[in-house]
Amino acid sequence: MFGRLTLDALPHDPVTIGGVAGGTVGLLIIIAAMTYFKKWGWLWREWLTSLDPKKIGVMYIVVAVIMLLRGLADVAMLRAQQAIFATSPNSPISPDLFQQVFSAHGTIMIFFVAMGVIFGLINLIVPLQIGARDVAFPLLNSISFWLFVAGMVLMNVSLGLGEFSAAGWLAYPPLSELAYSPGTGVDYWIWSLQIAGVGSLLSGVNFLITIFLMRRKGMTLMKMPIFVWSVVTSMVLVIFAFPILTATLAMLGLDRLLGMHFFTADMGGNPMMYVNLIWAWGHPEVYILVLPAFGVFSEIVPVFSRKKLFGYTSMVLALIAIMILSFTVWLHHFFTMGAGANVNAFFGIMTMVIAVPTGVKVFNWIFTMFRGRVSFQTPMLWFMAFVATFTIGGVTGVLMAVPGIDFVVHNSLFLVAHFHNMIIGGVLFGAFAAYAYWFPKFTGFRLHEGLGKVAFWCWLVGFLVAFLPLYALGFMGAVRRMDHYDASLGWQGLFIAAGVGVLIILLGVFFQVVQLAYSVWKRKELAVGPDPWGGRTLEWATSTPIAEYNFATLDAVHDRDAYWTVKKAHEKLSAQYYDIHVPNNSGYGALIGAAALGVGFALIWHIWWLAGVSMIALIALVISSTQRTDVEHVITAREVALTEKRLRGKRA
Amino acid sequence: MTIVKYVIGFVLSLVLTMTAYWVTVNGIDKTTLYLILAVLALVQMVVQLIFFLHLGEEARPRYKLATFLLMSFMLAIIVVGSIWIMDNMNYNMANMSPNEKNDYMLMQHDKGF
Amino acid sequence: MKDAVEEKFLFNKTTIGFWLYLMTDCILFASLFATFAVLRHATAGGPSGSQIFEMPLVMAETIILLTSSFTCGLALVALKARKITQMVVALASTYILGAAFLTIEISEFAKLIGEGNGPAHSAFLSAFFTLVGTHGLHIFMGLLWLLVLVAMLMRRGITSKWVRQMTLFALFWHFLDLVWIFIFTVVYLMGVAK
Repeated sequence: MFGRLTLDALPHDPVTIGGVAGGTVGLLIIIAAMTYFKKWGWLWREWLTSLDPKKIGVMYIVVAVIMLLRGLADVAMLRAQQAIFATSPNSPISPDLFQQVFSAHGTIMIFFVAMGVIFGLINLIVPLQIGARDVAFPLLNSISFWLFVAGMVLMNVSLGLGEFSAAGWLAYPPLSELAYSPGTGVDYWIWSLQIAGVGSLLSGVNFLITIFLMRRKGMTLMKMPIFVWSVVTSMVLVIFAFPILTATLAMLGLDRLLGMHFFTADMGGNPMMYVNLIWAWGHPEVYILVLPAFGVFSEIVPVFSRKKLFGYTSMVLALIAIMILSFTVWLHHFFTMGAGANVNAFFGIMTMVIAVPTGVKVFNWIFTMFRGRVSFQTPMLWFMAFVATFTIGGVTGVLMAVPGIDFVVHNSLFLVAHFHNMIIGGVLFGAFAAYAYWFPKFTGFRLHEGLGKVAFWCWLVGFLVAFLPLYALGFMGAVRRMDHYDASLGWQGLFIAAGVGVLIILLGVFFQVVQLAYSVWKRKELAVGPDPWGGRTLEWATSTPIAEYNFATLDAVHDRDAYWTVKKAHEKLSAQYYDIHVPNNSGYGALIGAAALGVGFALIWHIWWLAGVSMIALIALVISSTQRTDVEHVITAREVALTEKRLRGKRA
Repeated sequence: MTIVKYVIGFVLSLVLTMTAYWVTVNGIDKTTLYLILAVLALVQMVVQLIFFLHLGEEARPRYKLATFLLMSFMLAIIVVGSIWIMDNMNYNMANMSPNEKNDYMLMQHDKGF
Repeated sequence: MKDAVEEKFLFNKTTIGFWLYLMTDCILFASLFATFAVLRHATAGGPSGSQIFEMPLVMAETIILLTSSFTCGLALVALKARKITQMVVALASTYILGAAFLTIEISEFAKLIGEGNGPAHSAFLSAFFTLVGTHGLHIFMGLLWLLVLVAMLMRRGITSKWVRQMTLFALFWHFLDLVWIFIFTVVYLMGVAK
């Protein structure tokens, strides 16, 4: 009846029980509060079924933030183990749990934090920046989001039912094969990624079409804001890289489910093919995450330097170059597997080449600041920190692009420090900069500057303290994913330092929470107009809060910095309003997400009847979602006029 | 989009398929055969793209054509790259028994790549 | 006038969007093709391609699918000319031919599994079953889609939405034919080459 699912699936060790209990209590409190305040209907109508990309974007970011907290809790456990208990035989975290925790940390941070933040940001900003009222396929957008949520839920269910993968964040076979990992852990990993990955793929198609076909009149490709360009390149990578992940996960799943032999070591299977394929996806994935972050900085630097972006064309060309080159370097993730000198040399050189367009971008940002009137507010501080840390990460990356050096430092903490420099220094700092920069656009008040700066300095200092020791430890021979080492090696001091760094980062997170709460509390004092920074692009032309239809009128665009030229010329927006069609809410996204969750859960636990039922439900829902007739409703010109008057006050 | 186009596409596809089959059963040396088969398949791909999928008929900007060309380029990189890498891997590991290969790959657990 | 512009935009949006999806599907198949190419000699003592492929049947499959792609195109032409009877006949042929293709494929699979040469027998067979099976799954989805199209047609007649859906289906069906050419060439023809 329930496949492999028995009472044994409940957690046994105290650490996991604590985590599950904490999570469950938190969830129950939220559910109770929602019920008490009768907020379920509101939540369903206003948020969960909304097809408004602004709301979907916020939901992406809420999920990502929750997952960030879980990922940070994971890493606090890892570092505590390494700093305090690693030299003693008794530790509260068993080796097996340690492996599950680092696998979960990597998976969560990449798939559910970084991807969530990026897609959230794209949902919020792209339609506004291209002057559109919506995305190309609103319902598909909602379905993508709910598939992302379904993957996230599945991943977190593994905490309380069964186990999570102990095979690292990319689950290399043969370790991830049935022979070595017979439990449900790897299955959880496969299916949560598979479901979330399909969601990302659909989002990629959706946003490319949105940008291709729904730009404001007059906005040619070379007049698009640079953030939109960065999203184009990132989404192109999504649509060409994610199918590889889908295929690879499917093959590993078939190995485990039907006893096939793609990646087993016996019966002709080839585990090296898995490593090859997963990195053919995995390397572009890094750029999927970091390119939009580049775009964010390319928006922020001109605004806070009061100058237009230096070298727009070279910026676009650099993005395109990175996009194409990122598909030609994947072997550098497994130089030491044994492809030999010729192959290694080719991919080593390509890896070094990709640093060139990235360098072009760094210089362009610096030249934008040159002779500008730079104001060092929080978004700009994040940018400065990004340039420094990302350059350190880039330099260590080029170092490791030399196969000979990679043979020395591969799999060490040096590598771990390198890619955290890229992901935290690049993606996360970019996300924080975007948060500080665009927050007032969507809320009408800005975040408290002083607390933001405190949080920033905690993050930066904590980041350096947490990761610089890892470079040294890597050179000293400390490998990654290590839960015990001999005290005589003398590594403990550096591990303690890294642990202290994590604590400082957590302090930064604490101040971010305080900053948000304080800013909401003092929102009257912190209130700002629709264009608080002197923005240059179209999103600042909307009212704040932004109307459901984004733009009341669709005036043609003449220039790259579309809104800046309008402001310069004191042009009036036209006040001739027409009826606007906006999409109706739809529950299909949530239902399809639920069905996908059912399929994933059933396949993990081998509950075949549930798999069949969910699969049929999924197909039926998809078919019936294409048959909707009440797709959109009309906001009449009169209503638009009234809304504009209310939102813009007398100025309109 | 006329019926003539579909008929031309259909006939050409049939001819190309028959030719490929005929060449294969009439055994020639493998390298030449692979080359001929690859060319025939690619030609048929172009035929079907033009006559069935109407690629190239869209008005500017040609998003379909652009994405198709980019996709083909990326696809070539992935397929050719994978085969090249794996051939080299297999060559270098030719004298490893399955068990040794297994142990080697399992090392990634505590001493990965 | 405004409606015509709107309709053209909708048409462009859905066809180009669907085209992008097909591009992603190409990459999905490419990953499976690459895996097949790498594992094609890994028979692990089991049969190789030339020992199990029945070329006359495969050739029949190929012709059937090609014809079905052709009739699907004819349906689209008939739709353009609003010749509904012709279109329905063409669509019915497409469905029957597609179903015939799938039946042959399934019987081929069933026979192999019955002989003990199932997908769990060797890496080569895993790759073979998965690559060809993924194509078969797409065909199955296409047949399902065609049924939905017919149901839509019977309920509401020819609407602009139906025309869009039909165009997307035709794209999908031609695309599957295109993928099959490569399966036919790489898996079967190159597989039986001596």
